[in-house]
Parts: sequence; C-alpha cells; structure tokens
Amino acid sequence: MIVKPVHTAKKTSLAVTQSVFIGRSLRHSLRNADAMLMAILLPVLLMLLFTYVFGGAIDSSGDYVNYVVPGIILLCAGFGSSSVAVDVAQDMTNGIIDRFRTMPIRSVSVITGHVVASLARNLLATGVVLAVALLVGFKPTAGILDWVFAVALIALFILAFTWLFAAIGMVAGSPAAAGSYGFALLFLPYLSSAFVKTDTMPEWLQWIASNQPITPVIESLRGLLMGASIREFIGWAIGWCLLILLVSLLWGMWSFRRRAGRR
Amino acid sequence: MRKYAVEIQGLYKRFGSQQVLDGIDLKVPEGSVLALLGPNGAGKTTLVNIMSTLVTPDAGTLLINGYDVSRERQKVQQSISLTGQFAAVDEVLTAEENLRMICRLSGLTGAEARIRSTELLAYFDLASARSKRAGTFSGGMKRRLDLAISLVVPKPVLFLDEPTTGLDTRSRRALWDMILQLKSQGITIVLTTQYLEEADQLADRIAVLDGGHIVAEGSPEELKSRVGGEVLELRNAEDEVIHRIPTSGSIGDVANTLQELMRQLPTETRVGIHRPNMDEVFIALTEKKMEEIV
Ligand SMILES: Nc1ncnc2c1ncn2[C@@H]1O[C@H](COP(=O)(O)OP(=O)(O)OP(=O)(O)O)[C@@H](O)[C@H]1O
Ligand SMILES: [Mg+2]
Repeated sequence: MIVKPVHTAKKTSLAVTQSVFIGRSLRHSLRNADAMLMAILLPVLLMLLFTYVFGGAIDSSGDYVNYVVPGIILLCAGFGSSSVAVDVAQDMTNGIIDRFRTMPIRSVSVITGHVVASLARNLLATGVVLAVALLVGFKPTAGILDWVFAVALIALFILAFTWLFAAIGMVAGSPAAAGSYGFALLFLPYLSSAFVKTDTMPEWLQWIASNQPITPVIESLRGLLMGASIREFIGWAIGWCLLILLVSLLWGMWSFRRRAGRR
Repeated sequence: MRKYAVEIQGLYKRFGSQQVLDGIDLKVPEGSVLALLGPNGAGKTTLVNIMSTLVTPDAGTLLINGYDVSRERQKVQQSISLTGQFAAVDEVLTAEENLRMICRLSGLTGAEARIRSTELLAYFDLASARSKRAGTFSGGMKRRLDLAISLVVPKPVLFLDEPTTGLDTRSRRALWDMILQLKSQGITIVLTTQYLEEADQLADRIAVLDGGHIVAEGSPEELKSRVGGEVLELRNAEDEVIHRIPTSGSIGDVANTLQELMRQLPTETRVGIHRPNMDEVFIALTEKKMEEIV
C-alpha cells in the first residue's frame, strides 16, 4: 500500500545528492532552449558585427579577427554565466527550495548543481563560438599546451562569474530582476582591451580599463592563443578569478542560509 | 515509547515589529492528527515552518519525534515530511522525474525510485500525466503531485499546510481517507486548514491560533461544547427563528418542552435541533479580533 512500514530515510551521500542536483540542472538547461540559443547566438552575432562591420574601421589590416576573438569568447562566457542568476532566483522563489531544506541533505547542493550545469553549458557555447571564429578567419597559433591552459582559464573565468551570478540570483527579489543583472557583464568587456587597445581611450578610462578584472584575463587568453607573452597578465588573471570566486562563494553560502523560510 | 511526537514550550517568533507567535505551548500525541485553525495571518504557516526546521524561532524549546529542533536538526529532518502551503514541485520536470528525484534524494536506489514513483503516480491518479511537465498541471494536480512527493518515504511526522486547498471534492475525500490511513499506521499528522468541516472530520485535537496565542485546544466535541450545547430551534412560516431553547436532546426533554410550547404557538411552527458546528466555534473563538478590526 501507499504507506510502507515507518522507517527513517536512509542517509543520502553527498555524492548522490550532488549528482541528482547536477542531473536536474542539466535537464533544466536542455529544456530552456531559448536561454541556450541566446547565450550562443549573441556572441556569434557580435563577432560577425565586429569582424565585418567595425573591423575595417578599427584595424584595416584585416587582422582584427585575431585580436577580437579572445574578447568575444570571454563575453560569451560571461554573458552565458549570468543566466544562472535566473535559475537560482527561480528556485529560491519556488516552494521546492523549502522541500529541499527540510530534507536531511546538504540543500545548498541545489545551487552547486546549477553551477556545474552552467559550466558545462558555457564550455559548450564557447566551443561553438570558437568554431564560428575559425570559419570567419581566426588563425590561432597556440600549441596543445597553450590550448589546455586557455581552456582551463576560460573554465575558471566561467566558474567565478557563475558563482557571482548564483549569489546575485539568491539576493534578487525575482527571476526577472535576476535576469536583468546579466547585461552588466555584456558591457564590462567593452571597458577593457577586448575590442580596442586601451591606449586609444581617454586617460581616466584607460585606468579603469587596465585595472578591471576582465582585461588581464583577455590579455592572457590572447597571449595563449596568439603566441604573445602572458607573463605580465596571467598572475592578475588567475588572482582576479580566484578572488571573485571566493567572495561569491562566501556571499552565496551566506545568502542561502539567510533566506531560509523566506520567499 | 515516547508519548508526544511534537512538544512545544514557550515558543516566540517575531518578524520586524510584528510578534507573530507570542508564547505557544503545544503537545501532539504520537499517532494522532492535530488540526491548526486560525484566521489568515494568524501564524499557522510560521508555526509549521518552525516545526519543520525552515524558520528559527526567537525563543522556546521544540522537540519533534523526541529530537531538539535547534540542536538535532538532521535527526528532526529524518523524522519529518512537509507539504507546504504552496505547491513545491519542479515545474520544468515531469511528474515522474519529480518523484524520482526526491526518491533518490531520500536514499532510494535508481530501481527502487522507479518502482516507488510508479506506485505513487497510480495512487494519486497521476499515471496518465506521468510524462507531462509539472508546470502544465492544474492547481489540483500540482497539489496531488506535491502530496505524493511528501510520501516518497513515509516519515513518523507529517506536516500538511492547507493540504486540501484547491482540491475537488473527490480528491479531497480521497486525501481525507489517506490521512486517516496514515494515522492508522502510527504516523502523526499536523495539518492546517481553512475548512472547518475538515478539522471536525479528521482531527483528534484542534488548536485554534489567534493573536499569537493558542486560544483554544481540545477535541472537536470539547470545542463545540464550549460555545454551548444543543438547542431546540423553532421557526415560523417565514422560516425565521423565533425561539432557541437549550435542550439535552433526549426524547423526554424535547417532548416536555414542545408540550408547553404547543399551546402558545401556531401549528405550522417548524421544529429542529441545532448542534453547534465548527464554523460557530471558530467565529466565537476568534471573534474578538474581528471586533477589533471593525
Ligand atoms: N518572512 C517573513 N517576514 C516578515 N513577515 C512575515 C514573514 N513570514 C510571515 N510573516 C508575517 O507573519 C504573519 C503570519 O503569517 P503566516 O503565513 O504564518 O499566517 P497563516 O496563519 O499561515 O495565514 P494564512 O491562513 O493566510 O495562510 C503574517 O502577518 C505575515 O505577514
Ligand atoms: Mg498559511
């Protein structure tokens, strides 16, 4: 019958809990085709825009595509990560979070599930963007090892910003509000060396552009893919990513606990 | 054996400047059904949330299934299951995926999860909707799925916050049967409801929450007798009540009373015996507040 003899539930291991939540978030991603399409299409369109429309004006040598692709990749990764804010906000405003919280499991795993799915989703999107880049004439000079480091750096960048947006999703009042923050990351790369060299900017802007976290990541990526030296940037790039990751993790965990029982 | 599944002493909870729970003492014997009644905003959901570890109280001791909520959270969580006031289903997943997910999280293996989900889908009349997304469900279907999810692994204490809100009559009756069946298995159930008939039918004890206090507690019969016993109601041809006479309800008492009245009243006068119902109990117990509002 519907009630079996009363017994307390078996303890669920953290590994099982985590894999169940990752599976859940991956299912969510697959069923949210719009967000996925947007995360790929937008960077691809921007890339075409920059290489074919602005490219000639910015750099008439025709080499601009090799300059801009690393920036586009990070723009794609950053914007893609921001959708996790909506996923998290949706969960935090739905009764299901209360159910997870009252179960004898590590309920914060529901968030890490979203983070892992976002990482998978955005690495895939990055792959697509890279493929289109190669089609429009991107010619990286990277060796195998450079590629490994480049992918690792992109993954770290995605992870850091995914956690940042997961935390934003937790404090946002609604999924719609959470979604609107994503646009910030669409603009941050413009104030960096992603599209034009920073020395073409007014001095005050130059200072912002060279000291904001995205610039060293872009320069490192550019260096890895195009064979330039990265010594000057890689430390800053990794340092910024780790700092953002750490702060976002703490902020996220704290907000998750604080929002218990409130929707 | 422990005697009480829920033991609450001196429980306080304030939100901002609003003292929602102002000293609650409550005991629920093991294997019984307690209905929490109270007007909107009385704090029923808050109390249920505190009992189910979602909300931390400001003060008070709380034992669930013998475990202290603040110190043995994990043990409490292993002993309880909550169906909240608002459906807690994953709208993107299908009904079956929802169930399997919770099965897996409750420690069942993949194969066990499949069997248990199929069982529950059939029992809650959702078998034909098993592979539809829960987001496309009607309110009542969501509610049923929600209840099914709560019963994935039966726990000794079940909290149901307005479980029958939005259910049609047939589903509601089915749920009542289920609650009584769960009770017969020794499961303790704490439910809140706005349907007083429901409390009357299901509950062994009723607690009425108002103004942060439990203003009354007892069996449905005890509460009814508090607002007065049975009365003999006499109505005129226009169906207006012209007399209400307290009565014991015995044939001798009724016959005597009627004999006296027969001479004074027209023969078309209609007679009925009225017993206080839960609606009257509820209104009487919470009416002070209503007066304050007016
Ligand atoms: N997280 C919160 N922050 C601030 N106030 C809250 C919070 N949760 C509940 N309240 C307030 O506490 C009071 C009791 O709310 P609660 O939801 O417990 O009532 P209820 O008895 O369940 O009502 P209903 O019958 O409408 O479901 C309400 O006035 C509500 O505004
Ligand atoms: Mg409520």
